Amino acid sequence: MTVIEARGLRKTFGTNIALDGVDLRVEEGRILGIIGPNGAGKSTALNAILGLTVYHGELKVLGRNPWLERDQLMRDVSFIADVAVLPRWLRVSQALDYVAGVHPRFDRAKAEGFLDKTTIPHASKVRVLSKGMVTQLHLALVMAIDAKLLVLDEPTLGLDLLYRKQFYDSLLNDFYDRSRTIVVTTHQVEDVEHVLTDLMFIQRGRIVLDCSMEEFESRYQEVTVNPEKVPSARALKPMHERQVLGRSILLFDRVDRQQLAALGDVRTPSIADLFVATLGDKPGDKSHQAQGVAR
Amino acid sequence: MNMQSNAMPESSVPARAAAPAAMAETRPLYWSVRRELWENRSLYFAPGIFAAVYLLGYLTSLIWMPHGMREFWMPHSMREMPTLAPADQRIELAMPYSHATMLLMLIAFIVGIFYCLDALHGERRDRSVLFWKSLPVSDLTTVLSKASMPLVVLPLIVLAIAVTLHSIMRTLTLAILAVTGVGAATLWNRLPLFQMELVLLYSLAVVALWHAPVYCWLLLVSGWARRATFLWAVLPPLMLAVAENIAFHTAFLGSLLHDRLFGFSGAAFDLKDKSGVAIDPHFIPLAQLAPARFLSSPSVWVGLVVAAIFLAAAVRLRRYREPI
Repeated sequence: MTVIEARGLRKTFGTNIALDGVDLRVEEGRILGIIGPNGAGKSTALNAILGLTVYHGELKVLGRNPWLERDQLMRDVSFIADVAVLPRWLRVSQALDYVAGVHPRFDRAKAEGFLDKTTIPHASKVRVLSKGMVTQLHLALVMAIDAKLLVLDEPTLGLDLLYRKQFYDSLLNDFYDRSRTIVVTTHQVEDVEHVLTDLMFIQRGRIVLDCSMEEFESRYQEVTVNPEKVPSARALKPMHERQVLGRSILLFDRVDRQQLAALGDVRTPSIADLFVATLGDKPGDKSHQAQGVAR
Repeated sequence: MNMQSNAMPESSVPARAAAPAAMAETRPLYWSVRRELWENRSLYFAPGIFAAVYLLGYLTSLIWMPHGMREFWMPHSMREMPTLAPADQRIELAMPYSHATMLLMLIAFIVGIFYCLDALHGERRDRSVLFWKSLPVSDLTTVLSKASMPLVVLPLIVLAIAVTLHSIMRTLTLAILAVTGVGAATLWNRLPLFQMELVLLYSLAVVALWHAPVYCWLLLVSGWARRATFLWAVLPPLMLAVAENIAFHTAFLGSLLHDRLFGFSGAAFDLKDKSGVAIDPHFIPLAQLAPARFLSSPSVWVGLVVAAIFLAAAVRLRRYREPI
């Protein structure tokens, strides 16, 4: 089943183009990471999917128009916008009461189970909780909702490593099953590296990379090239080259692994490496991106 | 990259299918109203604290105040009371009770104004609107729940507090009179408290209907303005009224605004009795209520239509406006 389907999604703020004709298709059971620089249009795309912002183009989420049917859609979709949106005056017990009151698919016992694993007291207000605790609370609320689609926009922003790790661990262990779909944006790429099933890079309102992680692993290879082989490696048209401790590391797209093995140590690049290779340098050079990541 | 090892058991899938497909439409509204009460405790604390202070003052006056200063709280000492005509006795007796009621209604009006100005602004300011919008509650339900606070909930709070305050005042007075042996206890039966509460209920309903466009305008501004909601709500109508006055030497808009704020008493009550004598606002007999005239007054219905338009605009704004 297709969970999200967008065609020609556009959104402008004055003269600033936030989304420039985005086509997007997310199937059930995927965990899609949307990675991009600040202001690339990630949040705008998510807001459009959640019915929080008006847009041009076609967009269906679980078969519904999110702008016109947000309240209906939210029975099957949950989202965490970022850590700061739980109102500060709300008590933990009130948050449970309210969500249980308005959400037909909320399992209060489950949420309380999650909270019992934390040190959050039920009587306290959000204002006295630490940033990490607020995220734990929000995650407990959201994971207890039997949603088909979970959208996370920078869910772990400003959290320390421990909380971040915990966040994704519980997401995978206690929420995700293959009938659920998760879309996440984050700058902390290394946190989600081993969580994602699909990867998308977005820049200046356009999708510049869209592939599954299997495809990612089979397409991209990073070679620490032996110094004497650098010229022949360059002849294979690497999409990116960087120097680390005096050695050249070249990143290749769709080049035969055997061929690369002769040049030096071959491994799968990290998402961060590919991100830098794709978007990092020569920000104005469109042809470079086209060459590097055209599908 | 392989998610299978982390996948949840499939047992949750049947549970999902069994989840209730529909929830009674009123449940989100009910919980949204409770949510407003959690957030805005001033809605009941302000009139509640006022009632406590009033009661304390009343009690003090009964016990400690020098004779002359009792006038306000327990006017005309009990000894003088029998010399007054029965109608005047009633007004004198009713005075501390109706003062309390009037002040409570004034406080509710002020609390309602500030509540409305913040209702759709605060949630955008602290970005919590993103949390509320992540739940299956429509913008219509949310705005209706917020509009119901000044129009329904606050009047009910005033009624409850006034009735409680009045009965405590009456009980205390009877007790003190019994102890001091002034012997006027029977006189207190002349105070038709139940009738006064009926008039209060009628007044609250009338004022809510009359002020509905005011509150809905404030809600609209709070959903629209990025900052300084009070100024946006008050200054434009005021400036238009002043401009009209300067330009045309008329006061159409000014009198319209004045009437909308204070005109309910003339519309909802017969301010003169059968013999043409102006009634004392401290005790309004049931015969002076004019519900039929009020409900057939075009002002009321035009006001309600305007209120509905403001509300519809506020619902639309809640969908379009993003966090500040």
